Amino acid sequence: MTNLFNYIPRSSIVHKLTGATKLAALLLLTFASMTSFDTRLLGGMVIFAFAMFGVSKIKLKEVAPVLWFTFVFMVLNNLLIYAFSPEEGVAIYGSRTEICHLFGMYYITWEQLFYQLNVVLKYLVMIPLVLLFVSTTNPSEFAASLNRIGVSYKIAFSVALAMRYIPDVQREYHDISLSLQARGVEMTDKEKLLKRIKNVTTILFPLIMTSMQKIEVISNAMELRSFGKEKKRTWYAARPFRKADYAVIAGSVLVVLLSVGLTFLNGGRFYNPFI
Amino acid sequence: MWKINVKTIVAIGIGAALFFVLGRFVAIPSPVPNVTICIQYGLLAFMAALFGPIAGCLIGLIGHFLIDLSWGWGVWWSWVIASACFGFVVGLLGNRTRLAFGQFGKKGAINFNLAQAIAHAGAWIVIAPVLDILIYQEPANKVFIQGGVSALSNIITTAIVGTLLCFAWAKAVPDKGSLKKEN
Repeated sequence: MTNLFNYIPRSSIVHKLTGATKLAALLLLTFASMTSFDTRLLGGMVIFAFAMFGVSKIKLKEVAPVLWFTFVFMVLNNLLIYAFSPEEGVAIYGSRTEICHLFGMYYITWEQLFYQLNVVLKYLVMIPLVLLFVSTTNPSEFAASLNRIGVSYKIAFSVALAMRYIPDVQREYHDISLSLQARGVEMTDKEKLLKRIKNVTTILFPLIMTSMQKIEVISNAMELRSFGKEKKRTWYAARPFRKADYAVIAGSVLVVLLSVGLTFLNGGRFYNPFI
Repeated sequence: MWKINVKTIVAIGIGAALFFVLGRFVAIPSPVPNVTICIQYGLLAFMAALFGPIAGCLIGLIGHFLIDLSWGWGVWWSWVIASACFGFVVGLLGNRTRLAFGQFGKKGAINFNLAQAIAHAGAWIVIAPVLDILIYQEPANKVFIQGGVSALSNIITTAIVGTLLCFAWAKAVPDKGSLKKEN
């Protein structure tokens, strides 16, 4: 319950990078993977992302449940894409190489397979990067990192507050839920759906009321300490940048440039091997 | 409406924490497989109507981003941004409900529900699918059907949860000007 974000402390190069570096790299690399559909770039990034697991000394076994879950989600999503639009790849690549005919309007074409391979690669880039970020970055460093990459410190402080109060809210929710169930409010699937939503809502009232009081108390305390008076603030969890940090950020920027460059080179976001 | 004071900052933090807990741990499975009923948008609509568009936008953004991070399945920016837009629009349109003054009547309820319905439709039928197409190049008919289903289920849950919350809140805080000076 306390380790919501699955932080796994180790001593590795990736852990030693500052949170700001990892956040910047995460954002840049996800941006690159979102804009580009170039199979070579995506494939390279997938290999890189999984290799980083080895470097950061996080074993795949430790994150296996999430990986399985996403795998199932990925398969379902791909089936849905195929069910809704079996000729999407043909429309994108502008050619049609049939492999076989299933039934009705459903054909298997190389273009469709290649397009869905790209979709899978996009997932495969994103998932390990995010997993790596959460498992190597201490959550208490998160707000400082946001501030470092240019987010206003007030907003960064909101994020810090959210992380700080998630366990509290969770505990309160649990307590209220138990006490209501003791009074006979049914919240399991024995109840009909609409009634059940209403019953869960009954937990919300006490939860929201106490949270509103909390907002009052915390904002008073912060105002008493002159929060928001200065233009800048320092962070306890912030760490100075080192050479490795600059190198990682420069590398990430390079990948983004590469993705943009490839878009121009390919004359579009797709790499088309069917020409 | 556009000013960020200390209270707004705290409201964003606590609101995002509430959004996170409701979205992460309170999943009511619906009859349709793989679609869960999202109670957290009722809360988000309430907070947005109470604290304004900036708070609504950031609660949606931070809350949804943290949910995605904690699952570890990647950050789906298209849907995170749609959540943020939902909060923003409800804050913008629902600002006239006078909820902040502890008043919420029939008129307020209609206003609130119109705002949330418009915001949900915009977020899930326009923003999320369009971004999905732009970023992931997914087939248009698939994402629009997904968006339509989520918009519908979200509008219904927000209508129930959000409206009840607003009424309860208006009852709990004293009306502005309810105290009179005695002679």
